[in-house]
Amino acid sequence: MLQYFDPNKDYGTPASLSEKLVTLEIDGVEVTVPEGTSVMRAAAMADINIPKLCASDNLEAFGSCRLCAVQIENRRGLPASCTTPAEAGMKVWTQNDKLARLRRNIMELYISDHPLDCLTCPANGNCELQDMAGAVGLREVRYGFDGENHLDAEKDHSNPYFSFDPSKCIVCSRCVRACEEVQGTFALTIDGRGFDSKVSPGQNEAFMDSECVSCGACVQACPTSTLMEKSVIDMGQPEHSVVTTCAYCGVGCSFKAEMKGDQVVRMVPYKGGDANHGHSCVKGRFAFGYATHKDRIKQPMIRDAITDPWREVSWDEAIAFAAKRLKEVQGTYGRESIGGITSSRCTNEETYLVQKLVRAAFGNNNTDTCARVCHSPTGYGLKTTLGESAGTQTFDSVMESDVIVVIGANPTDAHPVFGSLMRKRLREGAELIVIDPRRIDLLKTPHLKDAQHLPLRPGTNVAIVNALAHVIVTEGLEDTDFIASRCDDKAYQAWREFILEERHAPEAVEAITGVPADKVRRAARTYAKAPNGAIYYGLGVTEHSQGSSMVMGIANLAMATGNIGREGVGVNPLRGQNNVQGSCDMGSFPHELPGYQHVADDAARARFEKSWGVKLDDEPGLRIPNMFDSAIAGTFKALYVQGEDIAQSDPNTQHVEAALKSLECLIVQDIFLNETAKFAHVLLPGSTFLEKNGTFTNAERRINRVRKVMPPVAGKEDWEVTQDLANALGYPMNYAHPSEIMDEIAGLTPSFTGVSYDKLEQLGSIQWPCNDQYPEGTPTMHVEDFPIGRGQFAITEYVATEERTTSRFPLLLTTGRILSQYNVGAQTRRTDNQVWHDEDVLEVHPSDAELRGIQDGDWLGVSSRSGQTVLRARISDRMLPGVVYTTFHHPGSGANVITTDSSDWATNCPEYKVTAVQVEKVSQPSEWQQQFRSFEQLQHQLLRGEKAESGAS
Amino acid sequence: MMERPLTHHLKDDGTALSLAEYRATGGYEALHKALSGMAAEDVLEEVRSANLRGRGGAGFPTGVKWSLVPRGEGAPHPKYLVANADEMEPGAFKDRLLLERNPHLLLEGMLLAAYAIEADVAYIFLRGEYVDPARCLRKALAEARDAGLIGTHILGSDFSLELHLHISAGRYICGEETALINALEGKRATPRAKPPFPQISGAWGRPTVVNNVETLCNVAPIVRHGADWYRSLGLGDESGTKLFGASGRVRRPGIWELPMGTSIREIFEICAGGMQEGYGLRGFLPGGGSTDFLLPQHLDLPMTYESIGQAGSRMGTGTLIVLDDRTCPVGMVLNLERFFAQESCGWCTPCRDGLPWTRQLLEAIEAGQGRPEDLATLEEHCGFMGPGKTFCALAPGAMEPLQSALKFFRDDFERHIAEGRCPYRQA
Repeated sequence: MLQYFDPNKDYGTPASLSEKLVTLEIDGVEVTVPEGTSVMRAAAMADINIPKLCASDNLEAFGSCRLCAVQIENRRGLPASCTTPAEAGMKVWTQNDKLARLRRNIMELYISDHPLDCLTCPANGNCELQDMAGAVGLREVRYGFDGENHLDAEKDHSNPYFSFDPSKCIVCSRCVRACEEVQGTFALTIDGRGFDSKVSPGQNEAFMDSECVSCGACVQACPTSTLMEKSVIDMGQPEHSVVTTCAYCGVGCSFKAEMKGDQVVRMVPYKGGDANHGHSCVKGRFAFGYATHKDRIKQPMIRDAITDPWREVSWDEAIAFAAKRLKEVQGTYGRESIGGITSSRCTNEETYLVQKLVRAAFGNNNTDTCARVCHSPTGYGLKTTLGESAGTQTFDSVMESDVIVVIGANPTDAHPVFGSLMRKRLREGAELIVIDPRRIDLLKTPHLKDAQHLPLRPGTNVAIVNALAHVIVTEGLEDTDFIASRCDDKAYQAWREFILEERHAPEAVEAITGVPADKVRRAARTYAKAPNGAIYYGLGVTEHSQGSSMVMGIANLAMATGNIGREGVGVNPLRGQNNVQGSCDMGSFPHELPGYQHVADDAARARFEKSWGVKLDDEPGLRIPNMFDSAIAGTFKALYVQGEDIAQSDPNTQHVEAALKSLECLIVQDIFLNETAKFAHVLLPGSTFLEKNGTFTNAERRINRVRKVMPPVAGKEDWEVTQDLANALGYPMNYAHPSEIMDEIAGLTPSFTGVSYDKLEQLGSIQWPCNDQYPEGTPTMHVEDFPIGRGQFAITEYVATEERTTSRFPLLLTTGRILSQYNVGAQTRRTDNQVWHDEDVLEVHPSDAELRGIQDGDWLGVSSRSGQTVLRARISDRMLPGVVYTTFHHPGSGANVITTDSSDWATNCPEYKVTAVQVEKVSQPSEWQQQFRSFEQLQHQLLRGEKAESGAS
Repeated sequence: MMERPLTHHLKDDGTALSLAEYRATGGYEALHKALSGMAAEDVLEEVRSANLRGRGGAGFPTGVKWSLVPRGEGAPHPKYLVANADEMEPGAFKDRLLLERNPHLLLEGMLLAAYAIEADVAYIFLRGEYVDPARCLRKALAEARDAGLIGTHILGSDFSLELHLHISAGRYICGEETALINALEGKRATPRAKPPFPQISGAWGRPTVVNNVETLCNVAPIVRHGADWYRSLGLGDESGTKLFGASGRVRRPGIWELPMGTSIREIFEICAGGMQEGYGLRGFLPGGGSTDFLLPQHLDLPMTYESIGQAGSRMGTGTLIVLDDRTCPVGMVLNLERFFAQESCGWCTPCRDGLPWTRQLLEAIEAGQGRPEDLATLEEHCGFMGPGKTFCALAPGAMEPLQSALKFFRDDFERHIAEGRCPYRQA
């Protein structure tokens, strides 16, 4: 197990994918490598280490430092081994006197223009320049140190997470290349020429003023301390490391937490991670400081009423208090009057345990998860059409795509590491089609060919997807072989008849979608004719009244064109949170036991009943919106919420708050006093991903290990707390380690039968299904057939949302995310990521702004039929006129005060993406915001154990 | 009478030949001939058997260079042809003569070359300071376009070519063909690793041939008169003619078209008129600033790639820079190294950090502050910045005048150090 500080082996240049092999001799050792492999990599594969500074195996060979020079038989000079391809019969020597002299001279040149402050340098102990000076035996610098130099170059401390000290720079260009090749932002360049060459963010700007997105790839690439994490400057070098999985988005990047005792020095993306291959974004790499933020809840707390001060108590007292209250409520209002909500941020094991607690200890199926409000339509739609509630591909599959369709997603902000991979493929020449009301940053990808953007009116997804299908069918672009061999003919014929109707033609729906028919036709042809066409989608697809229809419409497109079942194609939901896939897999939904086994399925239920030793309810329980409604109606009285902030993230805040206030017992388990906790009676301290063991499942069904790197601040991992509560309720749970929970899951879930912690250690990660048929997991799904046998085309009738513009609410509000903040912001708002986005703003199109006399920075009242809030204006033409846009990262913004209770017909996923609003200039915060502030003030007072000031309520 | 296919038609008044004037000398007949009866392969074969070698300095056989380009069905398109008119080699001004005086000769050569390699688009990559040549080229391009010699269906054939003039932003490294390609793409002018060679993956990843201006100017005469005729123009085994030049304290600095293989003495004594009154010949750089010094004893060598190479230098651009006996060789080398250090692109360490040290050491010696061990360090520089040890040929080129100066004029270096001054300054 990778528990110790262990720098990954760097082979110097990327692997060659050639199948042809060549054999050469290096230092007398025979080496056989794929054709196109560099001499440097070939040597590394034979454990022969050639000195190097500018080479790294995540970057193309560069040949700049010349330390890697070798002697090759019958070759003039001493060529660089990184840029020289291995050839059959080549004879190479990596060490001799001539090479030693050459290398020493190069080091002398470097050091003649380098500060001699190794002992006080932050890279001391982990500096490649230092290592190379040792490796080549540098003993003197004949040039002295009085020549021309860069020692007085000005430092740039503008970025909150890393500093740039050009006096240490050796101009190896690794940072520039990482920014281009790995991240794809092209924010860095080399300015000047010859000796004056220097790394320059933008056009000689400070890092913070440049286009830099702070992904940190440059910092990781730097062989010296030129680009250095400020945390390392402050704390020194780490002494051990633990491989774990990021707790931000659904990409699920693997990281090495580099540690000093129980302190995290830095997070370094792990090269062996199959989801991220050593890359990360600003959140995963840098925004981990929330884990040790002073706002962490470190002690369990209870209170009788939400107007009472909190009392810090022992774990035992808090658990006993909670159990007693739950029992009392059930005693008074019945078995169905309580429920639980699992978290897509917690581990699979923790999620599994919460739903087990609800089903086995609460004795009902009132369990739901935050996936309700994001990807529940994905589960429903994909299960109905393809037979499995999950994306079909690996992330790496995109590198085989010829056409990439992105619908209602913003990967460069919300899934940045996958966004970078996508950009890499786009730079290689893949075509891009974006179907989104906003002009997302992916459309600004450097070196992108002419991309197609279909800026549709919010709420008209299904009309567009039907139009695309209509073009494919009427123009004979279907993959008839695939349809005949893989899809259900009856369903297909019915769908075909439906989609052929003239009312689905692009020309017919143009008035609905606002997208010119020729653009739709062109996009349909591009996708259908591509050798490999892949669709990626996000919440812009699911969070609609027709979210499930749209997911099925997408599956229809993929089946009709045969874009299923191999690399480079597929239907790929980009999951928002780290473990949305997992929380759905683990049976969080009220109607499904783990592994999407319906509660009404007698055989499945019987297996769970046998294992759990209780009788299970065969009726689906309450969904989150039903819980709120029942709470207000007085029939639902107690709720256990683990790691979700429903008060901030669910739509129609007023309604949610009314529901929470109606509860007699609200138990919140969270790392902070979140918005929901302000309505709670029991506050149980949560543990961050750094403080526990478990697994997360990312958007490509990849189960990754989460490893504990520090003890939980309040003493317990989240699964232990759920276990304690179950025991206090009289339902015994006795797990000693999350691996035992996973063993139980594997025993009850057909798609997980082959999963175990031992296997995860061996393989690194596993993509489910993992069972006897696929013992090492399943990277690409539906290769031979669908889990339901044949693919089911679904009729997707477009039904306009009831949330439509009127004279009173003439604009459409749509919501989304930005790079630096994560979801409700509970974590990222407690880090320096705040410097990029310290408030949510309302983006307004210039023409709508002009009509209303709005200037950039004005306070704007935004009102819908639900409520009103006030946001600052930002004039932006990224949307069409008539559409306004905001994010929901700050609770005081009240984005969900205005969103409505309109939701997906099949799954109740809220329609966050469409709200009819009016916008006008105002001079003060909205009434809700004023209430919010005084309530927040009160609750913070109560948290400090103070009594409420008189008059406050 | 000696034939001068490159310069025989130049006008005495120094102005450029117009299209009509060029045509009157037989201009564009080669293009007619090729497009009306020769396959692309035939043109390539003619150039190959003419044994035309690159006039930019390296002397690589042009026909071989072209033949490496994928052609025929299945070849990637668009393909590119680039005329390297970024003439920045110290001491070289031969291409300028052709550009200013006979631009159509270049255009016709480019059309034929593009036809031979089946290129779709051609560029002239012109040195930024070449303002007059730019004017001449623009006029010639407009004339050619109006006459249907550039564009689609040239001269009624199936052959089409777009031809653009690109003005360089100005760097010596752009003379290196891969750096030129980067610059043409709008990128930083840095060389690329080879392989892949530009003929396979050049501009925008497409097959690309980069040829020197003078090289391309030889193509039309070859196609028009045939390979045998062309080969007969050279002396001995050599083919064709070459523009040779001389600068320094000679009586008549200039450029002359002479048979390949002409002796240095003929260029120096007959064409350039020998040294100016009061100056003696100390040595010369035979092919521009990045070639090794030769000495008076080498004057009878024929100007060929092989003979100059055997004498320890390179024919390079064929433009002599003459060192007289009243100019300090250390100062001259320092001047060159200043240029090369400034023009290093900064990509690789030996060149980026090594050339400034070379310059600083020479500055110290020239200023009388050199140390005896500096000469050993300079010699070592010549080794580790030598051929095959840096990313491109810039630093090895920079080392050529230095290494030969250290050999031939060592006493001058030693006197600087011993006397603590430049002996040439206080005559």
